[in-house]
Amino acid sequence: MIEISGISKWYGPRQVLRECSLHVKKGEVVVICGPSGSGKSTLIKCVNGLESFQRGEIRVDGISVGDSGADLPRLRSRVGMVFQHFELFPHMRALDNVNLGQIHVLGRSPEEAARKSRELLARVGLAEHADQYPAQLSGGQQQRVAIARALAMDPIAMLFDEPTSALDPEMISEVLEVMTALARQGMTMLVVTHEMGFARSVAHRMVFMDEGRIVEDAPTPAFFDSPQSERARQFLSRILRH
Amino acid sequence: MSALDWSSIPGALPFLLQGMGLSLGLLLSAMLGGILLGTLLALLRLARRRPLAALAGAYVNLFRSVPLVLVIFWFYFLAPFILRRLTGRADAAVGPLYSALVAFTLFEAAYYCEIIRAGIQSVSRGQVAAAQALGMSHGQVMRLVVLPQAFRRMVPLLLTQGIILFQDTSLVYVISLSDFLGAAGKIGQRDGRLVELYLFAAAVYFALCFAASRGVGRLQRRLRA
Ligand SMILES: Nc1ncnc2c1ncn2[C@@H]1O[C@H](COP(=O)(O)OP(=O)(O)O)[C@@H](O)[C@H]1O
Ligand SMILES: [Mg+2]
Repeated sequence: MIEISGISKWYGPRQVLRECSLHVKKGEVVVICGPSGSGKSTLIKCVNGLESFQRGEIRVDGISVGDSGADLPRLRSRVGMVFQHFELFPHMRALDNVNLGQIHVLGRSPEEAARKSRELLARVGLAEHADQYPAQLSGGQQQRVAIARALAMDPIAMLFDEPTSALDPEMISEVLEVMTALARQGMTMLVVTHEMGFARSVAHRMVFMDEGRIVEDAPTPAFFDSPQSERARQFLSRILRH
Repeated sequence: MSALDWSSIPGALPFLLQGMGLSLGLLLSAMLGGILLGTLLALLRLARRRPLAALAGAYVNLFRSVPLVLVIFWFYFLAPFILRRLTGRADAAVGPLYSALVAFTLFEAAYYCEIIRAGIQSVSRGQVAAAQALGMSHGQVMRLVVLPQAFRRMVPLLLTQGIILFQDTSLVYVISLSDFLGAAGKIGQRDGRLVELYLFAAAVYFALCFAASRGVGRLQRRLRA
């Protein structure tokens, strides 16, 4: 489904991704972790073409993302993305946030879109909040609306970039519950997160990044029980102590 | 010096009101046209195509570097000339009102462009990324996500620019249009009461602009809250 093959990326003279390769199969949940600045966000944004890269290739459902002829808008409409800072559109009600892409990108009628949006808002536990503006919602609620917004496009895969790291601790679980349910329904997911409890329970594979490299890529139990690299061991012991 | 005599004002009110109508008409059309053209210029200035951005930038710099009075003059003399060249008819006329309207719109667009450009840039990259991630085209990202937020933030500045523009509309006296100031001047000339009429006009401009500024200030505080 998502095939990242040997990609490298530079910001000016600085290399931020070094020959990263990673394959995510249909229905698979892969969690990426690693220290801040290691290139996790950059890598995940390359998958739907929000960031460009200079070397290597990424294929999503057979389509090459880096090709100059790639229809990026069409590709993006089929891959959902959830951001660290939610990025709901502040000038629209929750319902309209979820409607927007359906109407303007997929061409659904407003009625059809609204029906789907209400169904999705109910699914993330926010049926009552459809008419509220993002500023009237808590962080956890905003992030759940953002997940509904992405799901409304009927994506073939979902990308998450630290979806809970901007949340107050008491709101983290409500977002993780929605993500866990999604994983259990068989959604293909690539998730950057430091929530190791979530990772342990839903991830099929764990990827550890450091200084732009994919240092480790292992089945979840193996990664937690016997990380191969010293850096991953250090990282895990630091993060699991909390 | 004789004492001030205000007696010519009451009778001239209908004429003065007509002048105010012209001033406000100029203001509204130039604001509307200026904001539309200014938005287009702002989008061009931010475009990734260098030549387009440079062209829009040159336009803005040109109009911001010449006095408005000159622009009004130019268009007054130039517009009929161009029209005659284009249509080949020696009697083609534009009239001072339309040439003033064009001059104001083109001039104001340069200032609105800069306000709107700052507004567009104030919308975070994250918002653009979120819109792109839904599969929107560049035009949709602008129209549905960036511009609505930019305008909301820019409303006070756009209105403040409108207040400045309202004062500037009085410059059309140079092409003999009877806007509010022009009308006051004509009455003053006729009755030999220029001082009184210009004092009256100043008071009216002050009252309107002061009230409008206060209104914008209140709106700004409300938007921030
Ligand atoms: N727009 C940018 N310009 C220059 N450097 C950037 C930019 N975005 C990220 N970087 C750099 O790239 C590296 C990887 O960043 P990022 O992918 O955000 O890391 P992570 O998500 O793992 O914290 C960091 O060193 C960061 O400073
Ligand atoms: Mg990051």
